[in-house]
Amino acid sequence: MTATAPATAPEQPRLDQKAKAAMSDRAKAERKLGWMLAGPAFVVMMAVTAYPILNALYLSLFNYRLTDPAARQFIWFRNYVVILTDAVWWHAVWITVVITVVTVVVELVFGFALAMVMHRALTFMRPVLRTAILVPYAIITVVSAFAWQFAFALDSGFVNTWFSWLPGINQDTAWFSGTWTSLFVICLSEIWKTTPFMSLLLLAGLAQVPEVLQEAAKVDGATWWQRLYKVTIPNMKAAIMVAVLFRTLDAFRIFDNVFIMTNGAQGTETVSFLAYRQTITRTEIGLGSAISVLLFLCVVLISFVFIKGFRTDLSQVRGDK
Amino acid sequence: MVLAASLALGASMLAACGSDSGPPVLTWYINPDNGGQAQLAKKCTDAAGGKYTINTSILPNDATAQREQLVRRLAASDSSITMMSLDPPFIPEFSEAGFLKPPPQQDAAEFTDGVVQSAVKSATWKDQLVAVPFWANTQLLWYRKSVAKKAGLNMDQPVTWDQLIKAAKQTNTTVGVQANRYEGYTVWINALISGAGGKVIDNPEAPADEVKTGLETPAGKETATIIRELADSGVGGPGLSTMDEEGARLQFQSDSGGFMINWPYVWQAAQSEVKGGTLDKSYLTDLGWTEYPRTDQDKPAAPPFGGIELAVGAFTDHASQAFDAVKCITSKQSQTEYMLSSGNPAALKSVYDDPQVKKAFPMAPLIVQSLDKAVPRPQTPYYGEVSGSLQRTFHPASSVSPDRTPVEANDLIVGVLRKEQLL
Repeated sequence: MTATAPATAPEQPRLDQKAKAAMSDRAKAERKLGWMLAGPAFVVMMAVTAYPILNALYLSLFNYRLTDPAARQFIWFRNYVVILTDAVWWHAVWITVVITVVTVVVELVFGFALAMVMHRALTFMRPVLRTAILVPYAIITVVSAFAWQFAFALDSGFVNTWFSWLPGINQDTAWFSGTWTSLFVICLSEIWKTTPFMSLLLLAGLAQVPEVLQEAAKVDGATWWQRLYKVTIPNMKAAIMVAVLFRTLDAFRIFDNVFIMTNGAQGTETVSFLAYRQTITRTEIGLGSAISVLLFLCVVLISFVFIKGFRTDLSQVRGDK
Repeated sequence: MVLAASLALGASMLAACGSDSGPPVLTWYINPDNGGQAQLAKKCTDAAGGKYTINTSILPNDATAQREQLVRRLAASDSSITMMSLDPPFIPEFSEAGFLKPPPQQDAAEFTDGVVQSAVKSATWKDQLVAVPFWANTQLLWYRKSVAKKAGLNMDQPVTWDQLIKAAKQTNTTVGVQANRYEGYTVWINALISGAGGKVIDNPEAPADEVKTGLETPAGKETATIIRELADSGVGGPGLSTMDEEGARLQFQSDSGGFMINWPYVWQAAQSEVKGGTLDKSYLTDLGWTEYPRTDQDKPAAPPFGGIELAVGAFTDHASQAFDAVKCITSKQSQTEYMLSSGNPAALKSVYDDPQVKKAFPMAPLIVQSLDKAVPRPQTPYYGEVSGSLQRTFHPASSVSPDRTPVEANDLIVGVLRKEQLL
């Protein structure tokens, strides 16, 4: 079945090599224009991204409390030792990983289903449908966190009343009194809010699957499931990987939902939250910066694994985010 | 409302632009209330006769977040903070960091004469008055007369936590406490341990790495025992581990309400709800109040101390006007007006003799009496860490162990202060 073989991405002409050999005037001019167009943005990026990261790296080597600047002291990597030997850090990493895995997997499945609906929807419905699906993503995370908290809270919530027919749920079910029930609501809110983003990225991937392949598979007698598994998904692997990568990076930095709903109680502290507590609440700039640097390294590691390990081709959806 | 807000914003922006000409603008960072502080700001602006204008700027809702914003701004030497409404436990930290401008020596007497002792003590750091008492808060034990009667509890005598838990269990009602993981939980823990004759911190003025706690003591154990008993008996209600002041008040006002520890604002709140028709009138006649419960039958109760102190920012250019404004805001008349409008008790004792106050607050004598006995939370520059550690180890209440939790809390406080542990 030739139709089911994954189509290889069209080979890019090796422009770079040619250009190196003999760069035409036009190519030179284009490169110059490119730099002039991207240059200001590059400078701004360096100023707002690279500088804070490097500054955090520098500050993380100090014992530095904001309310006691005179006692600032260079202590090499002691902050990192304190963090990495503390059970609180590892618990936060574990909770963050749980939230990341659960939300990304569920979002992938739901996002894919929504993308299919949007892809197959009748032409006249498409704009309305896309807008409707995108609404949650347009809501500020803090606002959606409050909305979900109010829905599940004991005093203002309606969830207990609506779902009291389910076993284990009654008027007095306190969702924010246990680790797993709190995490359930946190994940639910996160999934509700960011599934649209996932589905948009997947929709772009779906549109790339050549219709001829689908038709050929149909002619060969493939069922709907067979076409999904052997034609659609292999052909949009790149889009799926990019969507999963972006969401994983986002999910790993989760802060708002936890901050609003439990404020870290019931063992729901995530890595970002831990950084916030040390830096902002305790004003221990050194310790907090060290956590931020570790969080940054985690994010770099995730990107590395995805891009090198799974060979995610970022150029496929360049400019989407 | 929106119009007023935008006008206020516009006014403050205009004022910011024109601060070189005209009277100086004093920005007063206030904790959210029902508008009482904004009223005082207006009154004192008028009274100043053009010497200065006071603008208010509202801080976040909870005490921890208020501190975060002020610390962040003051650490950056923000000169726009002229005055601030400060929660008493944060005063040592602010003072030690050089964020507060102490009142001039000659005014100190005026600011402290006739003020309840616990408020003066809270405004003092290292034998110097660094803030000015504005209003002083304490908690009372609120109860339903019908429930106490049914349980056979004599409320004219001091009651203990054990008695309350038993009575609530027997009558199938609740005891409202504050046990969410937030500052209010520390208030409760501190009151319990003080009531048992103990202290959270033995040497609050010591440097961070020499601080010793008083948790690994019989008093610490007694505290943990009561918290665990209350959780296990179920009288804290289903939402015990997320319960704050408002949650406790709503639970107490519901059918399951029996007893509650809470600040006096609940009296004002209930009255306005009765007026608004959302609460039955019979609630007010059934409502009783008495002194904070005892931890130990043989030891006096240690009601919590709260309230707000006014502090002047160290980086303001208008310190002398600011202290004039503080004088106006903390005058007897202002404190009386504020107590009547917001329900928050005054720091000046003489306010409680005012006939209007007596009429509006039938429990006024009890408030003064409780304020005199009130025990402040540990006065240490590392209060945030101490409170955070207590909240982490004691939360949720249902997991507290009399043998283990005080030891864990001690270890965490010591570890965090030595910067050997995360919080």
